[in-house]
Amino acid sequence: MRYLAAADPATTRTITISLFVLFVLITLGITVWASRQTRNATDFYAGGRTFSGFQNGMAIGGDYMSAASFLGIAGIIALNGYDGFLYSIGFLVAWLVALLLVAELLRNSGKYTMADVLAFRMRQPPVRTAAAVSTVTVSIFYLLAQMVGAGALVALLLGIKPGTTFLGMDANTAKIATIIMIGALMITYVTVGGMKGTTYVQIVKAFMLMGGAILMAVLVLIHFKFNLSALLGAAAEKSGKGAAFLEPGLVYGKEVAGNATQTFYNKIDLLSLGIALVLGTAGLPHILIRFYTVPTARTARRSVLWAIGIIGSFYLLTLALGFGAAALVGGAAIREQNPGGNTAAPQLAQELGTEYFGGDVGGATFLAVIAAVAFATILAVVAGLTLASSSSMAHDFYANVVKKGVTSERQEVVVARISAFVIGAIAIVLGILAKDLNVAFLVALAFAVAASGNLPAIIYSLFWKKFNTTGAVSAIYGGLISCVVLVFFSPVVSGAATSMFPKEDWQWWPLSNPGIISIPFGFLCGWLGTILSRDRADDAKYAELEVRSLTGVGAH
Amino acid sequence: MATQTEPAAPDRATYVAVAQTPEFDRLRRTLRGFVFPMTVAFFVWYALYVVLSAYARDFMGTKVVGNINVALVFGLLQFVSTFLIAWLYSRFASRRLDPLADQIRHDMENGGSR
Repeated sequence: MRYLAAADPATTRTITISLFVLFVLITLGITVWASRQTRNATDFYAGGRTFSGFQNGMAIGGDYMSAASFLGIAGIIALNGYDGFLYSIGFLVAWLVALLLVAELLRNSGKYTMADVLAFRMRQPPVRTAAAVSTVTVSIFYLLAQMVGAGALVALLLGIKPGTTFLGMDANTAKIATIIMIGALMITYVTVGGMKGTTYVQIVKAFMLMGGAILMAVLVLIHFKFNLSALLGAAAEKSGKGAAFLEPGLVYGKEVAGNATQTFYNKIDLLSLGIALVLGTAGLPHILIRFYTVPTARTARRSVLWAIGIIGSFYLLTLALGFGAAALVGGAAIREQNPGGNTAAPQLAQELGTEYFGGDVGGATFLAVIAAVAFATILAVVAGLTLASSSSMAHDFYANVVKKGVTSERQEVVVARISAFVIGAIAIVLGILAKDLNVAFLVALAFAVAASGNLPAIIYSLFWKKFNTTGAVSAIYGGLISCVVLVFFSPVVSGAATSMFPKEDWQWWPLSNPGIISIPFGFLCGWLGTILSRDRADDAKYAELEVRSLTGVGAH
Repeated sequence: MATQTEPAAPDRATYVAVAQTPEFDRLRRTLRGFVFPMTVAFFVWYALYVVLSAYARDFMGTKVVGNINVALVFGLLQFVSTFLIAWLYSRFASRRLDPLADQIRHDMENGGSR
């Protein structure tokens, strides 16, 4: 049995660093080139709205297939079998909400941010402020997850073990250095390249990630002679859990013998996770602003179709990667490297490289390639998130709340660049503080917050004539606050051995994922706020929103 | 519309007038008539999958061929249904929605409200 420690760490390290530096140089080159093409606010926020459906579809894939997808899902499948597949399915089906209900209407009626649509027929300051708060909240949770993931991986991928050092840094210092470096790079991409630069970075990353995943999946299938059943059988056998490894229930909705209450909560928690996954995507601000980078609603539609194609294919590949890692590397060797399973995909790469690319050197090389792909993945996603939150700070909060809409676009872009710097700095500091926290929790929370705080307001805005300012503000804050509060009092934060604060106990809420309560609560708040307030919806503005969103008249 | 060819935006009265035309009503009903039932359908289908994963473990664990069980087939069918619905929507939109939207936009951009 081979695993990371068996490879010569110096070789792997040199190749990983060289490849990563190459990726950084190429993307920085693209970013500088893009900055020369960036002349006005539309270029900065929306990449000039000139991307094709295919390009934007790949960029959406780049934004969406984060470290949580590549490393996280493969890891969950490798360690716990079938349950990881639940994530893939939820993440994919979620795109139908975006395709059918949101993408085209948003493209037609908005300009730069999610709030353009939410505030279209409302009083600007309260709705824009609420939208900026929830955009930044979702993005920071998502950002943290990526940066913590990068920090946790670096020590393993660079082969730094306890007691050894790299360039004079121990594992802990290397984590901090990585978080700072990733943060500095993402600030550079966003402030220099704007949406144009960031979009090209996403496209390059999407191709790298797909290439790496396809190659690994094909090698796994060759190993098992294209017999899926044999792959599954080998994975189940090596896991030591037998057929249960191929069925739902090892981690989510676990049945606890003799404890009916806990079993009940576990099953509700599984339903809650399922709902949050499927409803979160269409409320993620960094995904929504991608629809503004194309010229028309029809191109937005085509870009979602491409995105569904590439994301769906990718999740099918992760199935092969996860079960492949379970069968070829084995749960014990993966857990030894990383208890959360986050290194399953790179470890599988090493195993496959050793088998097919000529022994230990081949293994080290392939490991290094996949590690570099993982870093590229993280880097691209954090850049997209930083852009979404800085756009919202500048366009929603600064231009439309602080300056009441009286400001030049040039000034707005300056503020967006400053915001990117500030948000990047905040993410670096929080990333360092949170470097030992659980990554999967942060991503699931980001989805839950997006589904609870943003989605109800978006759906009501587009389809409900009577929806008004009070309703919009109530929906956003109601969903956002209930979600964050429930998580704070859940076993994720305290009261259990796996909590963020395992020694503390203020937990009273039994579910890890708040979605099943906070999403309906967000919808309820929006409805109650609307019917109980004295606000009158502006019918003429709704007529304008409806005609514009459905026909594309007057679209930016 | 790309920014450089953006026509003068119609005024609000025009939008209100257009929103009340039978043509626009037809576009709205055609869109909603497709996306609302389809959203309910895929959501129920997905919810069924999640509920079965939580409460019908024996059924989900039934072997179909070799080591391939119902849970895996059901999961893969979610992929198939997602691809299928995306394709159906794209076909429906280009055949039924786009011509209606184009007509209304054309009328508005060439001579205001009708």
